[in-house]
Amino acid sequence: MGETFLSPLGEAALLVDFGRGMSMEANEAAIAFRAAVEEAGWPGIVETASTLKSVLIRFAPEVTRLETLLENAQALLATRDWRSAPLPAGRKLFRVGASFAEPDSPALGEVAEMTGLGETAVIEAVCAKPLRVLTLGFAPGMPYLGALPSSLNIPRLTELAPRVPAGAICTAVSQIVLFTVASQTGWRQVGRSAFVGYRPDKPQPFVLTPGDELRFEPVRADLLDTLDGGLLAAPEVIR
Amino acid sequence: MSALEVLSVGTVVTIQDRGRPGYLERGLSAGGAVDPVALDEGAVLLGDDPEAAVLEMAGFGGRFRARDDCVLALTGAEMVAEIDGQPVPHACGFILPRGAVLSIKGARSGSYGYLRLGGGIDAPVTLGGRATHLAVGFGRLLAPGDVLRSVTPGAGTPGWSLTPDPRFEGGTLRMLPGPQTGAFDPAMRERFEATAFRKSTRASRSSAQLDHDGAPFHADGQLSAVSEAILPGDIQIVASGTPFVLLTECQTTGGYPRMGSVISADLPKLVQAQPGTGTQLKFVTRDEALAARETPQARRARLMRSRRRLVRDPADIADLLAYQLVGGVTDGEVE
Repeated sequence: MGETFLSPLGEAALLVDFGRGMSMEANEAAIAFRAAVEEAGWPGIVETASTLKSVLIRFAPEVTRLETLLENAQALLATRDWRSAPLPAGRKLFRVGASFAEPDSPALGEVAEMTGLGETAVIEAVCAKPLRVLTLGFAPGMPYLGALPSSLNIPRLTELAPRVPAGAICTAVSQIVLFTVASQTGWRQVGRSAFVGYRPDKPQPFVLTPGDELRFEPVRADLLDTLDGGLLAAPEVIR
Repeated sequence: MSALEVLSVGTVVTIQDRGRPGYLERGLSAGGAVDPVALDEGAVLLGDDPEAAVLEMAGFGGRFRARDDCVLALTGAEMVAEIDGQPVPHACGFILPRGAVLSIKGARSGSYGYLRLGGGIDAPVTLGGRATHLAVGFGRLLAPGDVLRSVTPGAGTPGWSLTPDPRFEGGTLRMLPGPQTGAFDPAMRERFEATAFRKSTRASRSSAQLDHDGAPFHADGQLSAVSEAILPGDIQIVASGTPFVLLTECQTTGGYPRMGSVISADLPKLVQAQPGTGTQLKFVTRDEALAARETPQARRARLMRSRRRLVRDPADIADLLAYQLVGGVTDGEVE
């Protein structure tokens, strides 16, 4: 069982961190623990959120004391090894069409060279299996996905920050960020989708939930924009 | 109807309310008015819906013509304001008569001024809020030709005034230690507390940079760069060694080490400080932070007790127009 760190954040939040470094197990722990806190229904909880490897618990100090929350959190942490906890039920698999042709993949050649994999192998690695929605951030409903093989553990750019379009499939640190807004970024763009992460016209406007899975499947560039929300099929519940 | 027509407007004027809390898990920060105290002051002045949306004006307001009689109040930064050449008092409820033009200029003190229209300004509701969230593209900057309509025409009572909470002169910001405070060595933390900072011109609804003379600040050793949840008030030390205090429209996650978090009671002081204003940061205990903390409900109850009926000032008697603006105030009674 790895280390877990608890720390207050400001006067009205607690951060539960499942390790110093990123791992799929720490991410699993964060997603599962967050669901368990929601389930527990402790008084005074305002909001919870999981990020790559930690959980934020916002609370109302007028209702509950930090000390009480710490005791509750520690007791819940001790009930199991959260790094091997099952992810919450009801997670969905999304099949997303992706183009890896020019001009949708400006950094594919560079990534192929940096990793020594070659372009075809990079595309295969990105599409090989469903990737987990590790967390949502940067823009509403925008997913960080993983994990790619360790051969794709390349750093982010530190200096140059090219602009990528909405839908860009960008990689660094064995993860993918699927941009839902056009932005400058230090992540390298290897492909493009027509994925939409926030749909204000829908009853549930946020398409993804952390723990969901997303699988990229190569399609012709000219077909991308015919896909509803960038999806090749309606999402299926993972069983 | 209670409608205001925008004739001209400053560069960053937006519709704001209390934002959209509850969506951090989905990557959306709450947003909303960057100085929530000003929302409560306005609600107490007009006695209308505390959740109502208002105009937030960064540094400069604009010119607004009433299409019908409008009940209004100006809170937050004290901006130079006049109606057809007559000065409008700050922090009091008044009537802008049909056809009159309210001109709101630069700030005498503070950075963000607020214009409240009785009953609240209408705007499309997204995820439960009307607030413009520039960082994610909800709503937009106000433009000439826009018309601001009240959600509840006729709501709001003019003729009350209050003394705004002092928060416009910078000063000491109290902070609590957080997850990475220990990553800064004790000497670095002491130097941080001893440093005379100035609010930078690099300030937005997302964050405010703090400038200082002297060496940059940095955390020790190899910190994990894995991002985690961030909240308004957090003091990020960016790669250049400069502190940035996060504000309401910040992102939901970040990877920079944090020196600590400014307590909620003091954040409006930073928001309202003008660029160049001096400020210092000081660690306090959790008990002190909680003693200073005030919920919006408690703040409104306190402000309600201190609000007073506008009384007739002999010096203003010649100023007939301004006198009429406060409508129906003849009793001189102080409540």
